[in-house]
Amino acid sequence: MGDRPAEIRVHDFLEVDTGLTAEEAVQEAERCIQCKKPGCVKGCPVGIDIPAFIAAVAGRDFARAAAIIKEENLLPAICGRVCPQEVQCEGVCIMGVKEQPVGIGALERFVADWEREHAPTLPGVREPSGNRVAVVGSGPAGLAAAFELAKRGHKVTMFESLHAPGGVLMYGIPSFRLPKEVVQAEVDQLRRMGVEIRLNHLAGASVGMDELDLYDAVLVATGAGLPFFMGIPGEQLSGVYSANEFLTRVNLMHADRFPEYDTPIKRGSRVVVVGGGNVAMDSARVARRLGANVTLVYRRREEDIPARRAEVDRAREEGVEFLLCANPVRVLGDQLVTGVECVKMEMCDPDLSGRPEPVPEEGSNFTIDADILIQAIGQGPNPLLIRRLSGVSYGRKGNLVVDEAGRTSKEGYYAAGDVATGAATVILAMGGAKKAALAIDAMLRGETLDQVSEE
Amino acid sequence: MYRVEEAKPLAERVYQMWVRAPHVARHARAGQFLIVRIDERGERIPLTISAVNGDLVRMIFMAVGKTTRQLAALKEGDHILDIAGPLGRPSEIERYGTVVVVGGGVGIASTPIIAREAREAGNHVIGIIGARNADFLILEDELAGICDELYIATDDGSRGYHGFAADLLKKEVANRGIDCVWIIGPAIMMKVTSNVTRPSGIKTFVSLNPIMVDGTGMCGSCRVTVGGETRFACVDGPEFDAHQVDFDLLMQRQRYYLDEEKNSLGRYLEHTCTCGEGKHHG
Repeated sequence: MGDRPAEIRVHDFLEVDTGLTAEEAVQEAERCIQCKKPGCVKGCPVGIDIPAFIAAVAGRDFARAAAIIKEENLLPAICGRVCPQEVQCEGVCIMGVKEQPVGIGALERFVADWEREHAPTLPGVREPSGNRVAVVGSGPAGLAAAFELAKRGHKVTMFESLHAPGGVLMYGIPSFRLPKEVVQAEVDQLRRMGVEIRLNHLAGASVGMDELDLYDAVLVATGAGLPFFMGIPGEQLSGVYSANEFLTRVNLMHADRFPEYDTPIKRGSRVVVVGGGNVAMDSARVARRLGANVTLVYRRREEDIPARRAEVDRAREEGVEFLLCANPVRVLGDQLVTGVECVKMEMCDPDLSGRPEPVPEEGSNFTIDADILIQAIGQGPNPLLIRRLSGVSYGRKGNLVVDEAGRTSKEGYYAAGDVATGAATVILAMGGAKKAALAIDAMLRGETLDQVSEE
Repeated sequence: MYRVEEAKPLAERVYQMWVRAPHVARHARAGQFLIVRIDERGERIPLTISAVNGDLVRMIFMAVGKTTRQLAALKEGDHILDIAGPLGRPSEIERYGTVVVVGGGVGIASTPIIAREAREAGNHVIGIIGARNADFLILEDELAGICDELYIATDDGSRGYHGFAADLLKKEVANRGIDCVWIIGPAIMMKVTSNVTRPSGIKTFVSLNPIMVDGTGMCGSCRVTVGGETRFACVDGPEFDAHQVDFDLLMQRQRYYLDEEKNSLGRYLEHTCTCGEGKHHG
């Protein structure tokens, strides 16, 4: 169990965390005290029966453990790796009060990997219902919804605008956190369940709205793919990347292997990354792997960093320097980036989010050398499809407004994941998608939602 | 996989390719583009949709870099791994009155579909096409069949007017009421030519071609400055108000990967030099 040494892993894109061996997994599972009222299940956005699968691991019945997880979650190999367990299941684990919480995420991943390698099984699929459902987007929400719908016998067609399914799992999260063959395996599973995936298809463009209307239901799961820029002077200089572009070039297009692969990227010698979320950590760590010195600039304090603690620690181990309580105000250079002018930030009274509001300290401007600036300050819903959707209501930030069940204001149209919630985590997207899928299923069967929740 | 149905050279280094891509062809409108990825290791490049026929789309491109040369080497029956589209906003075609569609070099490729739609909308359509010399002129007959009038310019006078397309446009603007203009070509040509309509404020569109990756609004690589604001050419364009576009910035950003492009092309030519692909038509 554990991470590969930083000085080795910083030169490659192989997975950092090597995972548990069977012995380690059994040992870890035995630490679970099988609470009568398990908080972990409530802490799980998709409600996996965690004590049951852990008991199966402790009893060395890994296949059964996998089956238990898969009742609620088709994508455990992904979730085991990228879920923020420390604030979900593990965050409420009773063992965590006096010692370490049970490593639920590591166990989930172990079980999923074991199953993939030893005994891949498909969940039972019901008799065809005769209903057709379109799922727009093949990211976490789309995959989770397609899984639930296919399981219930509905014919699912997924539309993906890129050339590879997986959405942010493919273009956003680097392979050293989530190997692409893991995503591929989960997608293949969906295909074997009868889900049709149409790549290179943009809903609202390659597939007209009139064509979407012909489906019995449509789930919009287009994510939050539109990168925000800071809006500071010099942002148009060559060398300023959005995190999305930087990560897409490497993760999806394999620019790290240019010229073997055709997509180029500038590796930079001094890279500055702005932001404190997981996307910022991913960008910084990719830049390190491309050989640059990397400084991550974040406007708040260490304890405010929203990225997962483990990933922050790993970024540091890999040599990413952190410049906290600072914020870029200008990109310097003529055509090409030569530096970033920053300002120190003071922490004032808490803002609406409850965190201290960072305010620029007047006259504290300073410059750091840089040839690349990567902005990882957040994303919004992609406007491409949304613009073409008539009859649905939008929120202030361009997200689709949905009710508890994921219904939009347009009949037969549902939405889930970041496009509905704003940028969030993989697992929250999956949780919302599952809810929406169940609501779609109920609607198609002519049931009310109450009947569903009682099931 | 998308089958190449017809591939042929049109002019020096300029190729025309019809590809079966029903999802693009059935919905494509004037001004839109598609993204091509030739194979597993390929990059995603944007190409304007030049014409549509049933389930087929036509792309016309100049073989300059590695990817376009590789594309030019494809023959009928070969396959392209990925084609996504139609992308971008369609041209804003209305019944303006008299419109001019100006194409420069390989940019002429984008003009027939615009000219056709403009004409169908009830406009009197004047076509102006320009190129370095007669060998680089493309689609002359096709445009003559679509436009109400067609004028030709070459830099060296080897065909048509001796001079630039901008000169011909200037003449039209001076001689009669022009209501709307499209200018499509290399960035520098669009910059210079759109200055012709600037003083009179005639509504003028240009189609921008910055570097793109996904082409769907996801990466921001294609950001351009229009009217002082950052816009994404892939979803907000590719057509913009010519008089608001910062062309110098566009050209600067287009040059960012020149070294890598040279490297990639050199490597490609080394691997393919014996098959004669590198030999130009003409």
